[in-house]
Amino acid sequence: MNPYLLTSVLLLALGTVGVLIRRNPLVMFMSIEMMWNSANLAFVSFSRHWLSQGGQVFVFLALTVAAAEVAIGLGIIVLVFRYRHQIDADQINSLKG
Amino acid sequence: MILGWIAGIMAVAAGAGVILARNTVHSALFLIANFIAVAVLFLGLHAEFLALIEVIVYAGAIMVLFLFVVTVLSVDKGPDNALPSPLGGQTAGGFILGIVVFVVLALGVVGAGGALGPAVPAAFGSVAAFGRALFTTYVYPFELTAFILLVAVVGAVSLTRSLKTRGDGN
Repeated sequence: MNPYLLTSVLLLALGTVGVLIRRNPLVMFMSIEMMWNSANLAFVSFSRHWLSQGGQVFVFLALTVAAAEVAIGLGIIVLVFRYRHQIDADQINSLKG
Repeated sequence: MILGWIAGIMAVAAGAGVILARNTVHSALFLIANFIAVAVLFLGLHAEFLALIEVIVYAGAIMVLFLFVVTVLSVDKGPDNALPSPLGGQTAGGFILGIVVFVVLALGVVGAGGALGPAVPAAFGSVAAFGRALFTTYVYPFELTAFILLVAVVGAVSLTRSLKTRGDGN
């Protein structure tokens, strides 16, 4: 078995579980980052398998998008917290509350 | 291969720590350990430049942002999952779906076999080779990311403006 691909799969599954069972939006967001990273790992292992530089370049671009996503996502979390004063994703269940 | 197994186990253990830790700061620290283990995996796959970027951007910049927000949101609001869940069976369902995701993808990984691929030429993954690919073949996607970062900056600033200045601005 290829340890790199197996790690990538395990991290993706762990991230899925984390998003679904945790109710703190920050931890859910961290789990999403973990899934993002597992996809990057799969990209790099296939790039190494086919000896193609393109997979690594794509990971670089995905990393830039991840940075942008974190900036926006954390902005939204701070904004929701400022309105609702609680950090439990299950309690934030109404639009325009 | 041995490096891959060791770093992989560390990455998965740290990943389990992220979702099991009760304290958000501990989750963030586990995530840093996870990123560093993934950077070691990148090294094992001859992606030296990406390993450096992983440590600097992810474990450095992004996690500092996370820890900063954790501090701002003052996490001592009581433990996670303190209130009863309005949706029954959430935890069990999450675990079942995670196991399904793992089994389905792991079947594919097992079917793919253990080969890492052909021997790596000396220049593969070096900064020079990476830079050449980035600035020649993939130059348009690279320039597009500059625009994405601009949108992210504008979005983050307009989202987190103070509520007082918000009304007349929009």
